[in-house]
Amino acid sequence: MAHPAQRRWYPLVFAVAALVLLPLSVLLLSWQTIDQQIWSHLWETQMTRLLGNTLQLIVGVGIGVTLLGVSLAWLTSLCEFPGRRWLDWALMLPFAIPAYVLAFVFVGLLDFAGPVQSLMREWFGTGLRLPRVRSTGGVIIVLVLVFYPYVYLLARTAFLAQGKGLMEAARVLGQSPWQAFWRVALPMARPAIGAGVALALMETLADFGAVSVFNFDTFTTAIYKTWYGFFSLSSAAQLASLLLLAVMVVLYGERRARGASRPTNERPRVKALYHLRGIKAWAASGWCLLVFACAFVIPLLQLVVWFWQRGRFDLDERYTGLILHTLYLGGIAALVTVSVALLLAFANRLAPTRAIRSGVSLANVGYALPGSVLAVSIMLAFSYLDRELVIPLSNLLGGAGKPLLLGSLAALVLAYMVRFIAVAYGPLENSLARIRPSLPEAARSLGGSGPRLFFTVYLPLLVPGALSAALLVFVDVLKEMPATLLMRPFGWDTLAVRIFEMTSEGEWARASLPALTLVLVGLLPVIGLIRRSARQIG
Amino acid sequence: MQASKRFLAALTLTVLGGTAQAADEVVVYSSRIDELIKPVFDAYTAETGVKIKFITDKEAPLMQRIKAEGQNATADLLLTVDAGNLWQAEQMGILQPFTSLVIDANIPSQYRSSTHAWTGLSLRARTIAYSTDRVKPAELSTYEELAYKNWEGRLCLRTAKKVYNQSLTATLIETHGAEASEKILKGWVNNLSTDVFSDDIAVLEAINAGQCDVGIVNTYYYGRLHKQNPKLAVALFWPNQSDRGVHVNLSGIGLTKYAPHPDAAKALVEWMTGPEAQKIFAGINQEFPANPKVAPSEEVASWGQFKADTIPVEVAGRRQAEAIRMMDRAGWN
Repeated sequence: MAHPAQRRWYPLVFAVAALVLLPLSVLLLSWQTIDQQIWSHLWETQMTRLLGNTLQLIVGVGIGVTLLGVSLAWLTSLCEFPGRRWLDWALMLPFAIPAYVLAFVFVGLLDFAGPVQSLMREWFGTGLRLPRVRSTGGVIIVLVLVFYPYVYLLARTAFLAQGKGLMEAARVLGQSPWQAFWRVALPMARPAIGAGVALALMETLADFGAVSVFNFDTFTTAIYKTWYGFFSLSSAAQLASLLLLAVMVVLYGERRARGASRPTNERPRVKALYHLRGIKAWAASGWCLLVFACAFVIPLLQLVVWFWQRGRFDLDERYTGLILHTLYLGGIAALVTVSVALLLAFANRLAPTRAIRSGVSLANVGYALPGSVLAVSIMLAFSYLDRELVIPLSNLLGGAGKPLLLGSLAALVLAYMVRFIAVAYGPLENSLARIRPSLPEAARSLGGSGPRLFFTVYLPLLVPGALSAALLVFVDVLKEMPATLLMRPFGWDTLAVRIFEMTSEGEWARASLPALTLVLVGLLPVIGLIRRSARQIG
Repeated sequence: MQASKRFLAALTLTVLGGTAQAADEVVVYSSRIDELIKPVFDAYTAETGVKIKFITDKEAPLMQRIKAEGQNATADLLLTVDAGNLWQAEQMGILQPFTSLVIDANIPSQYRSSTHAWTGLSLRARTIAYSTDRVKPAELSTYEELAYKNWEGRLCLRTAKKVYNQSLTATLIETHGAEASEKILKGWVNNLSTDVFSDDIAVLEAINAGQCDVGIVNTYYYGRLHKQNPKLAVALFWPNQSDRGVHVNLSGIGLTKYAPHPDAAKALVEWMTGPEAQKIFAGINQEFPANPKVAPSEEVASWGQFKADTIPVEVAGRRQAEAIRMMDRAGWN
């Protein structure tokens, strides 16, 4: 039974959940009529291939990000080898590169007509070719290189937090480093790794930009085709709701697998456990360098080359506006999203009733939807609110009777919040869980209560988690494309909008200017994030 | 006194959240990108003082937004590429037909909607591009012949998800009927030298690099690439000159059903079909002006004269869904 004090949280949690639920109900309402012609066509000619492709992608990316993320995190957090110090943070930098940017750099660089193969033909004749670049393998490589930082970041934090006691105990008990990894470190880090892989897979399922560069058909591209080609938004929404169902199953599985894990409260380790020497040390450095080069250095260099060849001629005074808009939107969205996510996390902690818990998990599903589908659902929901609520109310109060939501900055920020609240909620929930209940209880017994309790006890302890959350949301908003395109107010073009305009015309070389700017703007918060996570632990 | 009253009125409007909409303003939703429309709008503003606000996105989301806004419309005009998209907009009921003697005089009727719901502004031919190293123009004749065995492993195409290819297929169906068209598509797919590309520029670069010998592209992409690389070993060929002519599509504009500034918007559309605007609008993107009295740019003219297909471009919209299903069956991804 909910305690009255717990009920105080209901309106807030349900209001946020309703905001997410509104676009979702738009998706569900689409099932009122079914276009049989489209469905039977999709079923007969497309579905097998689409599901097969999507499955290959999920499996490939899942395995890839786990291998890369866990191996890199293990090496940089537990071992000592040449270059470890800077590779430790450098391996997070690819987070600043949007998937669609890495995709067009990869294809532009390596495809038959690109510079690499052209040079190979010049030097070695026409016989020598790379394997097919625009292939299933190619898409998987690109997505793994873009999404592995999720697993890396979370696994690294988990390995570092395991403390020295445990691993030393394993060593004393005669376990080799390899055995200690399999029997102790890995099982304990499994929840964190699972959460990272789940984020990466949700991004993979929702991705449209990168797969379209490869022209690789997935379930998500079918959603877009149904809308853009058959102009059947309702069939597209039906497909999207099926995708959402699949994602919810994955998420549920992840939560179940995570079980009742508790954050460890061990004393963090100061020094590395294993000092690698000789060939092992060089192999470790080589592996980390290889990933860093492929995921960050080479793409960045290619962008710089393109910028020099073509992009720099587009640079004009309007870029200041683009950068400022991008930063401003990211900043506001991060602030709003983190505040709301914080309230949800508090509600979940102080009043974990069944109703609150379902409300909170409902508020977290927005992340898994393909961006455009979520964007159009939010737009439809807002135009509904405008029509049914804002205009009548404004008329009643003697106002102008004009729509307020659609096309306003507030609507766009709300859309970002709906999409990215899950990104902010994770770190906040984690850092809140680290605050033992005895602490606020002690404060309460000393007479602290209400806002004072929040500001003097909770807030200082929550700052690191809140900052991580804000930075993650900030970078995600910078990269976000579909909602920004559809809902931005007049004149609010951002860097992502410019990238969209250039790539939609096939002008990859010219897209280097906005893409490079976006990566550089995104790098600052990513570096902040890394410093944060380093300090938080050690 | 007067000024302060006006200020007060403006303030009230702002406070109540009504966006103060002056009459000398036009709002455009455009799927043509910023750099291809802003110079035209800037010229209009400089000439008339009318301000033009616009946002860019893909067609389908923009149309959905116009539909969702309904009577509380923000947009006056929908500017988009491909007749197929304009036809869809008309079907969705978001356009408002209007007749104008100026437009009728400026734009030939096959490049306008038969119901006056929209008008074309610029034309682009979707034609054959070939490698000047490996193909002699005499070997080429029609789109249809690219399905013959002698082109096996030599053809490059863009993805079937792009509306330009859907429109091309729609006109094939209109000309040859479903059965023959599907055979042609299967022939094309069979002749592909590599997986289809995500854009026309990539098709041209593949021909230039020797990955394939022929492809089908929009003329302005060739123009852009040629400007960057004058040594491009690719040339354009005008197919079907002895029968229906080259497939031509357009970029066009329509008035929205609940346009808040219909008169200002109509005036803008009329101006855009006139000589000055046509020159800029088609010129920036190396397209052909839809107004036949306006000459194309020098570069565009250098590609030579050709006979264009006279099928009303609306066919592209009417047969779009049919075309997509056929492309799917033929295995054109």
